[in-house]
Amino acid sequence: MVLVALALLALPFALAGAGTTWVRVTNLAILFILLSLGLNIVVGFAGLLDLGYIAFYAVGAYVYALLASPHFGIHWPFWVILPLGALVAALFGALLGAPTLKLRGDYLAIVTLGFGEIVRIFLNNLGSPVNITNGPRGIARIDAIRIGELSFARTDSFLGLDFSGPIKYYFLLLAMLVAVIFINLRLQNSRIGRAWEAVREDEIAARAMGIDTTRIKLLAFAMGASFAGVAGGMFAAIQGFISPESFVLVESVMVLSMVVLGGMGNIWGVILGALLLSFVPELLRYTVQPLQQYFFGRMLIDPEVIRMLIFGFALVLVMSFRPGGLWPSAVRKRELAARSEDPA
Amino acid sequence: MLACGQKAFAAGAIETLMDIFIQQLVNGITLGAVYAVVALGYTMVYGIIQLINFAHGELVMIGAMVAFTLIGVLTPLGVPALPAVLVATLCAMTACALLGYAMERLAYRPLRRAPRLAPLISAIGVSIILQHLALLVWSRNPLAFPQIVKTESFALAGATITNIQIGIIVISVAMMLGLAWLVYRTRLGIAMRATSQNAQMAALLGVDANQVIALTFIIGAALAAVAGVMVGSYYGIAHYTMGSALGLKAFCAAVLGGIGNIPGAMLGGVLLGLVEALGAGYIGDFTDNVFGSNYQDVFAFMVLILVLVFRPSGLLGERVGDRA
Repeated sequence: MVLVALALLALPFALAGAGTTWVRVTNLAILFILLSLGLNIVVGFAGLLDLGYIAFYAVGAYVYALLASPHFGIHWPFWVILPLGALVAALFGALLGAPTLKLRGDYLAIVTLGFGEIVRIFLNNLGSPVNITNGPRGIARIDAIRIGELSFARTDSFLGLDFSGPIKYYFLLLAMLVAVIFINLRLQNSRIGRAWEAVREDEIAARAMGIDTTRIKLLAFAMGASFAGVAGGMFAAIQGFISPESFVLVESVMVLSMVVLGGMGNIWGVILGALLLSFVPELLRYTVQPLQQYFFGRMLIDPEVIRMLIFGFALVLVMSFRPGGLWPSAVRKRELAARSEDPA
Repeated sequence: MLACGQKAFAAGAIETLMDIFIQQLVNGITLGAVYAVVALGYTMVYGIIQLINFAHGELVMIGAMVAFTLIGVLTPLGVPALPAVLVATLCAMTACALLGYAMERLAYRPLRRAPRLAPLISAIGVSIILQHLALLVWSRNPLAFPQIVKTESFALAGATITNIQIGIIVISVAMMLGLAWLVYRTRLGIAMRATSQNAQMAALLGVDANQVIALTFIIGAALAAVAGVMVGSYYGIAHYTMGSALGLKAFCAAVLGGIGNIPGAMLGGVLLGLVEALGAGYIGDFTDNVFGSNYQDVFAFMVLILVLVFRPSGLLGERVGDRA
């Protein structure tokens, strides 16, 4: 435990040696872990398939971008906007969930997918007649996070170490991650967590046991959305620029792949899935291109395509051969074992 | 004199408004016919194994791509237009049927007893795989439809309708009739309906459920290929991303009509086409140009959400309780 903590603290400085890019990649990976943990509440704990999850990420990002950029000339501090983004995202989650959560799982998946597309289309088109989102051009020059005098935009030296912007973000994200993991662990074994599990396993039985199923599902939706809202805000702050292009359906599928590959319902499995699917494509980007250049003299397969194919095959193969994911949750494992013995 | 002139002007205005309306109707019905054909594939699969075959839209795309490529090969060889289109379409249907079969065998059949979400997640994976394999084969650039059939326009009650639009409507109707015959008048159709009502009972009575399910996928995929050719020739291009949006809208159409219900899919398709065409045509007028036709893609999802909230069984579907 202590060793892991020390390694995580030393990691950005080691990575910075290999190039700042890798620190940025790591930051994005942590963002994706945050997203996956949020989606895990919805998909893994409550068993609701949400295919428009990235919409809440978009909401968080746009809340941050609109309230901390020259676009409207508003520059609020991040500790106001991030919770606000979480709140607005949760509100959107409830807004979507309220009319649709009565539906059965697969319908819900399509409705959430439609919702994700609607949000993106609106972001793309609300540049006129009143310019709210600046349309497809996106919002640029978003403020970096600053805590008092400490700005995340510049490099400071402290104890002989260079803390560049990405490294500061790394520590902030790491702190958030620890908090989120803690919340998740507490949630899982709480009254709410057990209610989610009951609803996932057998909704009718859960209702018979006195669980208000619609409310408990709505709670899962809103809570998952609020995680995405915070992650979105951080994304906007780190990137400094956002546009609707960052919030397409493929991103929702990517987060879903992470949750599914790692193991729906198991917090550590989900983290593993997010790490794998964040880093492997990055590694490919740096290996596939030179290898192809070397062997064929030109680029035959775009690494981006390989990345997507990996996501696709991950979903299909995991479902066929290891439905609990790489690191299944204990409950799922039991359940799957029981299911294979039961002929019906 | 003045009053008379005003009246004439008003009449003229109404006539053009009427013309625009009829034009939107024509466009809507054409688009709706394509949606209907694609929606049939969704609804048949859903009816029989309660799976939303997410990858169905990609079959439409691959159908269009295969057909276009073949037409591009055949035409320079001196093959006349009509046989070239026919051969290409048949080949596309075969290719898609094979793909549909492979998809069912490899990605869905192993999951038939798994929890409900498993095959759906698998289907999303298949969809991504197909889309990016198509990207590898046909590249990022859109494939232009070879201009071998000359577009001709006909006047129709103040609006124009092209021969391609007429072709799409006629072929769609023919395919729907053919499918209706297949489902309601043949042994295979009886087996399909029996399996969708109660798979276990049908199996006890000697229906080979696996075979019926595989055939359902094959038929749906062949229909999707034809739809791909039609929508490709309507817009003049085919692109590796064309399948997902089209597939989603067709799914919305299937839900609107009542998923699992074959006449419902046809009705839902045409209605959705009309809603989209009229919605995109008039939203600017109704909202003072705050919203424009760039919101066209929102309508299908709005319809979907409204239907699911107010009448989840769709227009023609029966009310069924949740199967626990």
